[in-house]
Amino acid sequence: MTAPAGPHGPMHGLRVVELCEEIGEFAGKLLADMGADVVKVEPPGGSQTRSFAPFLDDEPHPDRSLFFWHYNTSKRSVALDLDSEDGREAFRRLVTGADVLVEDRAPGWMAERGLDYEDLRGDNPDLIHCAITPFGRSGPRADDPATDLTILAGGGPMWSCGYDDHSIPPVRGGGNQGYQTGCHWALITILTALLYRDGGGGGQFIDVSLHAASNVTTEAGSYQWLVAQETVQRQTGRHAGVRESGPTQVQAKDGVWMNTGLFPRRPHEFRTLIEWMQELGLYDEYEQSPLLEVGAGMDRMLDMARAAEDDEEAALLTAGREAMIFLVERMDAYDYFYGAQERGFQVGIIYAPEDVIEDPHFIARGFRTEVEHPELGRSFVYPGAPYAFQGSPWAITRRPPLPGEHTAEVLAELDHA
Amino acid sequence: MPKALAGYRICDFTGQLAGAGATRHLAAFGAEVIRIEDPVNEGRWDILRGQPPYKDERRGINLGGSFNNHNVGKRGITLNLRTERGKELLTELVEVSDVVSENFSAGVMDRLGFGYDQLRAIKQDIVYVSNSGFGKQGPYGTYKTWGPIVQAVSGLTWTSKLRDLEPAGWGYSYMDHTGGYYMCIAILAALHHRNMTGEGQWVDMSCTDAGATLTGPAVLDYTANGRPTRRDGLPDSNHNRWPPMAPHAVYPAEGEDNWIAIACRDEQDWHALAAEVGEPWTGDPRFATLDGRIEHEASLDEALGGWTASRDRFETAERLRAAGVPASAVQRPGDRIDHDVNTSAWGLWPTVRQTDMGDVRVDGVPAHLSETEWELEHGAPNLGEHNEEVYGELLGLDADEIASLREEGVI
Repeated sequence: MTAPAGPHGPMHGLRVVELCEEIGEFAGKLLADMGADVVKVEPPGGSQTRSFAPFLDDEPHPDRSLFFWHYNTSKRSVALDLDSEDGREAFRRLVTGADVLVEDRAPGWMAERGLDYEDLRGDNPDLIHCAITPFGRSGPRADDPATDLTILAGGGPMWSCGYDDHSIPPVRGGGNQGYQTGCHWALITILTALLYRDGGGGGQFIDVSLHAASNVTTEAGSYQWLVAQETVQRQTGRHAGVRESGPTQVQAKDGVWMNTGLFPRRPHEFRTLIEWMQELGLYDEYEQSPLLEVGAGMDRMLDMARAAEDDEEAALLTAGREAMIFLVERMDAYDYFYGAQERGFQVGIIYAPEDVIEDPHFIARGFRTEVEHPELGRSFVYPGAPYAFQGSPWAITRRPPLPGEHTAEVLAELDHA
Repeated sequence: MPKALAGYRICDFTGQLAGAGATRHLAAFGAEVIRIEDPVNEGRWDILRGQPPYKDERRGINLGGSFNNHNVGKRGITLNLRTERGKELLTELVEVSDVVSENFSAGVMDRLGFGYDQLRAIKQDIVYVSNSGFGKQGPYGTYKTWGPIVQAVSGLTWTSKLRDLEPAGWGYSYMDHTGGYYMCIAILAALHHRNMTGEGQWVDMSCTDAGATLTGPAVLDYTANGRPTRRDGLPDSNHNRWPPMAPHAVYPAEGEDNWIAIACRDEQDWHALAAEVGEPWTGDPRFATLDGRIEHEASLDEALGGWTASRDRFETAERLRAAGVPASAVQRPGDRIDHDVNTSAWGLWPTVRQTDMGDVRVDGVPAHLSETEWELEHGAPNLGEHNEEVYGELLGLDADEIASLREEGVI
């Protein structure tokens, strides 16, 4: 690989073949937006995910799936029929010239077609072949059917997510995070294998399990059991815990929910809160304002543990907490978020995805990423970079491909290789 | 077996999960991760150090269960950066490191005198990855966060809820894990770039940016179609519309707070489920097509929930999977850690020895590599556990010099 001068992503020069549908195509995007040349191999009719809603203007069409768009930026597309010998031969040649193959076929699918790692490594001993499957290629239940929902149910995240009222079912976090977590692990391990190769090592096979990936992405859910054999219980909008914690989710005046975060405990935090309430003209209306003055006059930080035995400590903490909630209920959510954070209080506005993309901070960081779709005569705003590489910028280098758009181009490159 | 990252040295200031979680994975693949901690406050810039859960009745700065989990395989040294000698030693350490990683609030490294410009002056091709809630650049650069705040602001809390209810959100710091994953990816990608070009760089990681990339189709539905998610009691994340599936939800099972998730991907799954259930309602003409099942989803869920409610969650899920239908019990921690053949056969919960805690189980790695497999060699370091090794063997100080550093409060 050579690295020409110029502002390329950090994976510039890396050649990747991707054979993925909804489980794994995010891994291809992560590599492609960092500058790798990712060739997506699609069946002649196009990937299944091209049939996934939502569609541009709600018109179902393989070129108009916004789901496909998001997960397939910066890639080229080659249409190959891997059930034909011609298609398989082209695939083998493609992989022979590649650094990385990432695929999410069911266990056995690649081997049945003579396209598994053992078949491919002979012509390309430096190949890094990453397989992403629900339970891992090597697992005893490798063939069990699964979706994002059942992975998150079996893998641990769902047990921790939901409401204080346990007659309501546990909740799957939205956005196919079970698949995406597997793809994050695909990236970590592909790049690890690549660094091994940079240092003179050869290629290898990587077996990523979605089930295992969710299992190690549950924070206290796992370690509370591993270390102390304790089971966390789900709570609305906050950490599942062994012990119940106080509510932190409040609806602001405009109906938007707020995570009230951490409440004042230090004297200067009480002082700041008092001054803010005075600025807003709400201080006198708050019934417990004298207690805020006591908090501001303390010579130490208030202690949650002490509050269990000390009524005054508890009263001061409660007064601070209720003052913050008093404010949220009388303000629009953004004004509260901005006002509180500018004053050093750790609170969070509960944004919808459509709010994030309009927020001034994200705009200032260049998060809105315009992508031109020439055949539609329009450009669209995509989500931007998950990390800001200062020397080798992340970029969406091309719009998601049309089905098989680059078949001739890529096959011609193979002929000239 | 060779270690993929042998020879890479990480000068690591990370803490909690969003930072420490990133460098943990580098250690699992053989990188030398040297965790730097403040001797004055006993490393408590990582608020998890010494905190519960505890393995037994003992308490102490080296006995915190979550800290151990997030720092397995790392070395630990103490270094007082308020002292000139401390700064000199850090300079020497940076000179022999490939990466400097940290997740302090914005401005801390600059105040210590080790911002990117200074780091680059010490080692020209250093990879510097900073990770904070909102990144160092932008109007919210100084705002404070932890996992739930990141999830709230990036859209992940809102997209985790049931219809007509308030957000359920993530019941843990999903974005501390995932922010750590992105930080790890950034470190590895920047090292590869350095290997190819000879150039180091700074990567400004923002956990909220990373979180905001994880709801992509919803963002595009808004920017391209103008359709917000704030409508009609939505979101409703146990149901699925992209693509449409029904039934697709979490249903009650026999016993207290027991649940089973069932998803029918297509007509074949639906017919297989209907055959297993074998009750008259499955033939209801309203449920004959996907459109019908979605239109009458509430009735469908009620009927299916009526069937599951008196059944064992594990047996039912197993039976449905055998029929080809995706299904799973909502597993409790004890279920998936101690009674799940998928995780035990994987070796997902290795036991490590932490010097003071003794043997303790930790999260493993959810991938197997055929040539450079991961290994978690020991628990998290005690405070300053590797001072002799790092200051002595790596930086070449003799025993007397190390002793005087200790006396002077430098380490």
